[in-house]
Amino acid sequence: MLSNIQQSKFLKLMIVMLTLIALFFSIGLSVSFGAADIHLSTVWQAVANFNDNLTSHKVIQELRLPRAFAAAMTGAFLAVSGAVMQGLTRNPLASPSIMGVTNGAAFALVLVMAFYPAVSNFGMTIASFAGAGIAVALIFMIGSFSTGGLTPVKLALAGVAIGTLLSSLSSVIALHFQLEKQLGFWMAGGLAGTDWTSNQVLLISGIIGIVIALMISKSMTVLNLGEDVAAGLGQNNIVIKIMGILTVLLLTGAAVSVAGAIGFIGLIIPHMTRFIMGTDYRWIIPVSALFGALLLVLSDVVSRLVNAPYETPVGAITSLIGVPFFLYLARGRSGGDKK
Amino acid sequence: MTQINKHKSRRFIGVIMLLILLIIVMFFMTLGTGVINISPLDVIRTLLGSGTDRQELVLFEFRLPRITLALLIGTGLAVSGAILQSITQNDLAEPGILGINTGAGFAVVLFIFFLQDLMGNVFSVLVMPLFALMGALLAALLIYVLAWKNGVSPIRLVLVGIGINAGFSAALVILQLKMNPQDFRQATVWLSGDIWSANWTFVLALLPWILILVPYALQKSNTLNVLNLGDDIAGGLGSKVENDRRLLLIIAVALAGASVAAGGAIAFLGLVVPHIARRIIGPLHQYTIPISALMGGLLLMVSDTIGKNLLTSMEIPVGIVVAILSAPYFVYLLIKE
Repeated sequence: MLSNIQQSKFLKLMIVMLTLIALFFSIGLSVSFGAADIHLSTVWQAVANFNDNLTSHKVIQELRLPRAFAAAMTGAFLAVSGAVMQGLTRNPLASPSIMGVTNGAAFALVLVMAFYPAVSNFGMTIASFAGAGIAVALIFMIGSFSTGGLTPVKLALAGVAIGTLLSSLSSVIALHFQLEKQLGFWMAGGLAGTDWTSNQVLLISGIIGIVIALMISKSMTVLNLGEDVAAGLGQNNIVIKIMGILTVLLLTGAAVSVAGAIGFIGLIIPHMTRFIMGTDYRWIIPVSALFGALLLVLSDVVSRLVNAPYETPVGAITSLIGVPFFLYLARGRSGGDKK
Repeated sequence: MTQINKHKSRRFIGVIMLLILLIIVMFFMTLGTGVINISPLDVIRTLLGSGTDRQELVLFEFRLPRITLALLIGTGLAVSGAILQSITQNDLAEPGILGINTGAGFAVVLFIFFLQDLMGNVFSVLVMPLFALMGALLAALLIYVLAWKNGVSPIRLVLVGIGINAGFSAALVILQLKMNPQDFRQATVWLSGDIWSANWTFVLALLPWILILVPYALQKSNTLNVLNLGDDIAGGLGSKVENDRRLLLIIAVALAGASVAAGGAIAFLGLVVPHIARRIIGPLHQYTIPISALMGGLLLMVSDTIGKNLLTSMEIPVGIVVAILSAPYFVYLLIKE
């Protein structure tokens, strides 16, 4: 069945449509479930004709909607940056969380928490963006300074090395200032406390990031044939890599600054997408975005429901929902497969 | 060709000699370092049996077992990483990324959460490593069974490995957040990698694994060299790819499991040491396995002493020191290449 999908444009479009519909409904669900359950029709009214005097409308407008949108965007961004990273490094183990970007953000946050405990939410956003940026810059510099150039293997190894270094330093600082539990919560990720400001951050960097990702999607498919082949076909691989890294920085930076280190989505959604849609990045990138958004919105709903009134870390829920499905798909690959 | 081989083997012997020398020097230095400082001369005197009672107690009961354990664990993890990178044909593979560490970690956290209070402290020190070993083996078994489909391809092994890893870490996070702060701290320290309680029992428990499995892996170097070329070529060269891979996977998991059981989830060492070895001497496993083994032991021994003594207020988990020490050098190697 999977091979049928990979060959038929119609089936692919059907999947896109179905995922969009599912996403629409799960955002509806996300808005209506919570401490006070709100009926779906009320949700619709709150969007269509907002009434300032109704508490339920206010809850929807100020708490639930921003949270649902943030979840959708975060999930989409993490999935797309994962897809881009796996494409650039040609390594199935690559993802934002093991490639240093998340660790850079965590490092900056721990520094801020340790030395300026009174920092505002917006300050934390800025800090984590800066941290992610510094990590990416470091990784990129390693590649550019080395005589052999920025090969995929080197990009992956440099990412892991820098990531581990930064996360170790964060742990030392956290242990010293007794911030382990805060760091633990942040590393687990979560969408509580997202507001319209976080949505603005997400939207601005997201639009730029996704557009760049779509622009280079065709070249990434070619790049996956091998660097030499791509160069032989007249492609400027360096430019593609720089743009890819920029995408990862924008998308992961925004997602991480809003929702913490939600692992797993960036690693596994691109694989799932590839299992279903094949190897063409023009499909992988947009469909990864949709799958990622759907998974995170649903996981966020579950994380609020399983242990109410407490929230379970959403990163753990995404893994628990996603792992069985992922394992099933991974097994579906035929015997002598190559990467 | 013979010229190159000669050059290589001379270089290999040089590197090995250097590593052994460093291990001996660091061994005496670390033995002397701690809350009670003992001069190298006194260390030798005590080892020969003519030190004060106090010095004997410190050396034989505390430092010597811990340092020996660090050497063994470092060796086990490094060799395990070297094998895993070859059989999965993936540069990022190591016990930590493939779910073996998290499997062990999950079992340990389960233990801290449910059983520790029921048992005495002394007893739990002995039982916890068993749980870790079982967790590691369970994770490896799950990975292998789920990746099996008319044989195990490297890519499926890696993919299933990340899946299992993600599942275990999710369960870990959920369990950890339900813990009280004290247990939480203990779990965090374990998960960052820590030689928590070193005594001769642990050393004796780990020693046979290392003494048997590392030479065995070395003896299998040619198989590893061939597997590293890819399944098709390996099959063409007459390798029974599937059997070899299963055997080597078992060796790698047993090494990692035993090491992690004694030393906590020390990540990164298994990844970085084989890479450094390969960048020094090239890809042949006859060379990289011995160098990885010695280098892993040396790195962990030094890191443990630094972590124990750098800050007076607390011990830094050794896994963190390993990363801080080795990552910059590794980055330097990446740039130089």
